[in-house]
This record gives sequence, structure tokens and C-alpha cells, in this order.
Amino acid sequence: MHNPEEIFQKKVDKEIRIEPKDWMPEQYRKTLIRQISQHAHSEIVGMLPEGNWITKAPSLRRKATLIAKVQDEAGHGLYLYSAAETLGISRDEMIHQLHVGKAKYSSIFNYPTPTWADMGAIGWLVDGAAIMNQVPLCRASYGPYSRAMIRICKEESFHQRQGFEILLTLSKGSAAQRDMCQDAINRWWWPSVMMFGPNDDASPNTAQSMKWKIKRFTNDELRQRFIDICAEQVKILGMTLPDPLLKWNEERGHYDFGPIDWDEFWNVVNGNGPCNKERLEARVSAHEEGAWVREAALAYANKKSKQPATPGGGEEAMRSQTKAA
Amino acid sequence: MFQKTVKMKTNQRFDSSTNHLIAYPLHLADNALILGHRDSEWTGHGPILEQDIALSNIALDLIGQARNFYQYAAKLKADGSTEDTLAYLRDVNEFKNCLLVEQPNGDWGQTVTRQFLFSTYQYFLYQQLQHCSDKTIASIAEKGLKEVTYHTRWSSEWIIRLGDGTDESHTRMKNALNHLWEFTDELFIQSSYETGVAKHGIRVDHALIKEQWYEKVRSVLSEATLSIPESSQQKRENLGKEGHHTEHLYEILSEMQSLQRALPGCEW
Amino acid sequence: MKMILFRKYYYGDLPDNQKGAQHSSPTEGTQEGAGTWPLWEVFIRSKQGLDHKHVGSLHAADAKMAIENARDVYTRRQEGVSIWVVESKSIHASNPDDAENFFEPANDKVYRHPTFYDLPDELKHM
Repeated sequence: MHNPEEIFQKKVDKEIRIEPKDWMPEQYRKTLIRQISQHAHSEIVGMLPEGNWITKAPSLRRKATLIAKVQDEAGHGLYLYSAAETLGISRDEMIHQLHVGKAKYSSIFNYPTPTWADMGAIGWLVDGAAIMNQVPLCRASYGPYSRAMIRICKEESFHQRQGFEILLTLSKGSAAQRDMCQDAINRWWWPSVMMFGPNDDASPNTAQSMKWKIKRFTNDELRQRFIDICAEQVKILGMTLPDPLLKWNEERGHYDFGPIDWDEFWNVVNGNGPCNKERLEARVSAHEEGAWVREAALAYANKKSKQPATPGGGEEAMRSQTKAA
Repeated sequence: MFQKTVKMKTNQRFDSSTNHLIAYPLHLADNALILGHRDSEWTGHGPILEQDIALSNIALDLIGQARNFYQYAAKLKADGSTEDTLAYLRDVNEFKNCLLVEQPNGDWGQTVTRQFLFSTYQYFLYQQLQHCSDKTIASIAEKGLKEVTYHTRWSSEWIIRLGDGTDESHTRMKNALNHLWEFTDELFIQSSYETGVAKHGIRVDHALIKEQWYEKVRSVLSEATLSIPESSQQKRENLGKEGHHTEHLYEILSEMQSLQRALPGCEW
Repeated sequence: MKMILFRKYYYGDLPDNQKGAQHSSPTEGTQEGAGTWPLWEVFIRSKQGLDHKHVGSLHAADAKMAIENARDVYTRRQEGVSIWVVESKSIHASNPDDAENFFEPANDKVYRHPTFYDLPDELKHM
């Protein structure tokens, strides 16, 4: 008889999805809960730096597309919270973890968005990096997670284009607009590069995650791919990336790039980024101020619900006729 | 081309009261834009994720309606105006939205109340407008009616949930109604250009809208265990429809228009 | 005539040793207390579709809200035509027999009501 762990790994190796009620190693479940909920938190917190600009978007078309984008992010958070809930954790508990600082989210959203050009830079670079991470996850081994990612990737397509278009328009505009564009790129480049996480040799969990297929490419692989693509795209904008060591390496077939300031990365991850407090406070405040609303809706629903017909638990026998063999 | 457009705008006052056919779609657009803008302020701050998405959908619908009406007004003006010059370069006293939509969001109760009171009005208004003789306005209204039907349903359900929820929610709803009720009179008062366009075949029976609106509101409030607030003795003299606004619109426009005014003549 | 016995379990009723996903311990220190909105599963039948597909879940206080939320979240791009919502706790699911799942995929298409989880294409039976 095969033991459950072997069956589980065989399924994963064969690209058969693991579904919520299947047996899974406890560590697999825990890792998934952490990874999925972190991603969900990132989407929700990520709404804030961009949400700031909805009321200041400088054209009606930009206003509408920005609302749609931020709304999408709410939706993505929702898909991911739902996927995580199939693993036995509740939305309330995940939100609690976020609010008390127990759960992490992508630290890139702890940076401020002082100019309109930041909307472009976030779309192009931050969403670009996110897409690079997300597409491989469409083939993640856990069914609800991969299905959520497929849905997310379908919707993500306009986010990056919207961002790039904003920058492109600025790059063809007045001197003030061009300066704004370059300045935003200068500020968002390195945080985006750091979005892919620590170097492979500083990521001890990568090997197990790859074996379980909840991670499909290593941090460095994805980071290199991202840099290669952006280094070309930035030329279309007529702008530069703030890395004096960025250079095409013919031998490697990739761009060489400068050293990453990991001190800054860890500082921001650990809560000392420019907007960490502000972001969390906004989420906590929304949640607390909404408590009376949630309570009222539940009170009303309870008042109005008729007694549900209690489903008889346990065993039922069902007869089924099959054709005689 | 954009330099030229801006020069024209700074020299020319939008004295639309002289041209009612332009003022009317501007009024419809301003209503939708200001309320959509207010709704969009909730993005990322709603009481639960699902409602964040719901209210942003409503904001998007309204901004879409605004854009349609602005584009029509721009076309009628035929002076190089665009949806953006109309939205971003007019001053406070040139905006024709009613006062109800510029009121602050307050708490969730106040937001859904404002939505309900206005969307119900829009519902009955668009029902009539979809048959008016102006084909463009009729078609925008027809499309908008589908959206507004949903807005009315969504908001009325919230009125009921919160009115008949907990003691706290009931109190908050009472306060919201008391605060916003005085702004509803304006909805049914005909402005100069609304009277003016009737001569061009865009006839709206405001008395009928008021009757239908009142009936719907009364029925929803009753189900919500809420009562119609006492009307204040003093009728509001100033009409937002005629460009007399509260400081709230000034705050909205200061934020909304800031970038366009800081860097004029640019493409975004 | 062959009689096939199916043991029906309610989601969450599986004995602990058969469950993959263990339920987490009660939350500490949350502000809500008793006020949590139930979880609903959402099924959408698209314009060209013949049946409802499970698309995900959401929290809502009542059925009306659940349907509206489903419309707002899952049909933003006008994907859906018909929406079903069911409280997650009301869904009855068949018991995946773990070992056999690998060698002989479970056949739950006998049931006419919507499936709780999408099965990979290669496991589908006509």
C-alpha cells in the first residue's frame, strides 16, 4: 500500500492538482496558508498607495481605469482569501494576523506615491514583477490556488499596460512631465527588483517549495527575467533605469546589474519602511469603523432568516441502477 | 493644439445659462461625476472587501455616465472643449450638480443613504429621459437606467439592513437621513435650463418624479423601520443646479483638478 | 441491478484522520466576537455555458447580498449570466477515497447538483 505522503508527492509530480479535502503534509498546508494569505494581504494593502490618486487622477479616462485597477486588486485579494479559506483558516483570522503585524505583505507597498507618475511606475514595474511571479503559479500544485491565479492573470493584463501607457504619455509631454516620469522610475526600480525576494542562496525554503510545486522558478531566475525585459522596455520611454552597472552581457545572454541594497529590503520588510505604519493604520481603521456595519447586517440577516431545515448528518444510502454488466 | 484649447478656456467664461441645451447635459454629467467621485473615495476603506468592490462598481458606472454626457456637451459646444476640459477646468460656480451629491461620505450609513436618495431620483429621471426627443440623451439614459436600477436596489437593501439592524445602526441611519433630507428638495425644483430644454423637446415631469420618488423612499424607509425626517421650515434658497455650492464642492474640485491646473495644457 | 452505496459527508464532517485540511484553533483577540459573515460558494453560468461552474467564494451577511457581491466580484466583465450562491456549510460533498484517487479517480458525476471542486480535465467522466 502506498502511504499518503508518497501518493501526495506522486500527484504533485504528475501535475495532478491537490484539492482541499485531499491528504497533504501539514507543512505543505501551513506554507500554502502563509504564501496565499501573504499574497492576499499584498493585494489589499496595495490598493492604498494607488487609491490615493483616484481623486486626483488628471483625466476622466485615467480616473476610470485607475478605479478599475484598484478594484481588481480588491477582487484578487478576495479570490486569494477564498483559496486560503479552503485550507482551514478563516478570513477573520487572516485579517487579524495582518492587523497585528503577524502576517507579512509585499513590502513594496510601504513606499509613498507622491506624484501621478508613480501610478505609471507601479503599473509598469510593480505589476510587471507581480505578473512574472504569478504566471508560473497558474500551475501551482494546489487547485484553488492555481485557479485563483489563472483568474488573476487574466485580469492583470490591463494593469501593466495601463501603467506603461501613463509613463509613455508623460515621456512625450512637457519637461515637467518628463522629469516626473524619470523621477518615479528612479524611485520604484530597486524596490521592484527586490520584490522577487532574497537571493537564492539566502532562501532556504525554495527547494522544498519547488518540490511541492508551490513555487515554479527561483527568485533569481525571475528577477533576471524581469530585469532583461525592463531594460528593453525603458528604451521605448526614452528613460533610464537608475543602475549604472546595468549592461547587456553577450556571453550570459542576460543583463548584468548592480548590487541590491538588502539592508533597505529587510528594513522595510520588518516594518520600518516609509509608510508601513500608515498602510496598516488605514486597514485597521477601515476594519474598526466598519464593525458596526458588519454587525448590523448580520443582526438583520438573523432577524429575517427562517429556521433552516437541519440537514440530517451522517450516513445515507443511495440506490443507483446500472446497466446489467 | 492643447495650448490653444487652454487659452480659449481661460478667456471664456462657461456662461452656459445662455445655452440651455449645453447646460442640461452638463448638469447630468456633473451629478454623475461628483457622486462617482465621492463613492470612489471609499476604495480601500470599505467595511468589508466585497462592499469595496460593489461601491467602486457604482462609482465606475457613474463616471461612465458622466463621460458620456460631457462628451455630448463638448460636441454641442463645438469650441474645442473635451470631456476633460469640462471636468477639470471649470470653476466651482460653473458646476451644475445638485447639493446632495457633493455632501461628504460620512459613515457607511450616510453614504448608502445619499446613494439611495439620489439613485432613486436618477431612476425615475432616466425612465423619462430615455424617451425624450434628444437621441443622444435618450440613449445615454437608456444605458444608464440599467446601471441605476442596480444602484437603487443595492442601496435600498443597505438602508433596510442598517435601519433594521442594531440599535447603533438604526441611530446612525436616523442621523444620516436627518442630515441629508434637506438636500432632496432641490432634486425636484426645475432649474432655468431644465425649463429651457423643455422647449426643445426634452420634457421632464418633475412633479411625477417627485411623486414616484417619494413613494419608493417611503416604502423602503418603512421597511427599514425608519421615518421620513421632518422637513425644516426654511427652504434652501441656493441651488447647486444653478452653481451655488457648499464648501464641499470646492474641496472636491481642489483635489480633483489640482494636477491639471498645476500643469496646464498637458496631455495625461 | 447493482446497488451502489454512497456515504455522504458534509464538508467539515470528515473525521480528523481523514482530513487533509485541519481546522485552525479559534482566533485570539479579534474584535468581532460573534459577528462574522458566513462564507458562500459562488457558481456562475456564463452566456454560452450550459451549466454553472464553481468560481470561488465570498463573505456576505445574507443571500441577497451574496448574489449582489457575486455579481460585483465575478461578473465585473459581464462574464456571467446566472448566479447561484450557496452557504458553504450547506454543500454536501462526496468523500474522496484518497488511495483510490490516484489509481482510479473518483466518479462523482452521478450527482446532478453542482460540483464543489473542479476536477482536472483528465479526470472528467462523461
